[in-house]
Amino acid sequence: MSARTPIARVRGLGSAKGGTHHWWMQRVTALALAPLTVWFVASLIRLVGADHAAVADWLASPLTTVLMLLLIVATFHHLQLGLQVVIEDYIHGEAAKIGCIIGVKFASFALAVAAGVAVLKVAF
Amino acid sequence: MNSGNRPLSPHIQVYRWQWTMLLSITHRATGIALAAGSLLLVCWLLAVASGPDAFAAVHGFVGSWFGRLLLFGWTWALLYHLFNGIRHLFWDAGIGFELPAARASGYAVVAASVAATLAVWIAGYMSAGALG
Repeated sequence: MSARTPIARVRGLGSAKGGTHHWWMQRVTALALAPLTVWFVASLIRLVGADHAAVADWLASPLTTVLMLLLIVATFHHLQLGLQVVIEDYIHGEAAKIGCIIGVKFASFALAVAAGVAVLKVAF
Repeated sequence: MNSGNRPLSPHIQVYRWQWTMLLSITHRATGIALAAGSLLLVCWLLAVASGPDAFAAVHGFVGSWFGRLLLFGWTWALLYHLFNGIRHLFWDAGIGFELPAARASGYAVVAASVAATLAVWIAGYMSAGALG
């Protein structure tokens, strides 16, 4: 039992700090992903049945490279924000919760970098 | 923070199951499924970067019946999450919160996600020349 009062424990953690940042970034990335997703699905439809050379050509065009990199950044940012909330809701042990969140963030970052490097390797 | 033995809010089991609840949990479920699906996106991009052999291996998997089933599921999950996400963004702007509007937009999201999924797959097969 801590001698600290409840107000002392939460002071400084409220909305004046980073309280809404997570929520806001999830909305900003969602807004970015809406048109990017439509573009990506439309592109995939045109690429059905395409061979490696055709897909590499498509990916190497400057517009595709830029949009693909934007899609990767927005997707993995949005993804790790969303999974963090799921973990916080369902995993209650403090150590397991923090471990899962860090794992998700590391994995998301690694996947985003891998995807980005793959796109750049094809582009250059 | 230990806040003592305060009463908890009732768990969701005590509520009558409602359409809007189902759409809400489906939004979360599709989000988790799409997170798993992002692995395939990364594999696909790495395969394109690695060359024709790796590309053929990934396409062999994607083209199999199991790969197509996964892709079909992910297509619907992506479109549902997209449409329902836009519904959430309208709510964030304070629009469409009334119960009849929330219910109607929910029906619209489900109908649109199913219709768009079928349209994407028909367009995909047409693009491949399979439907002439």
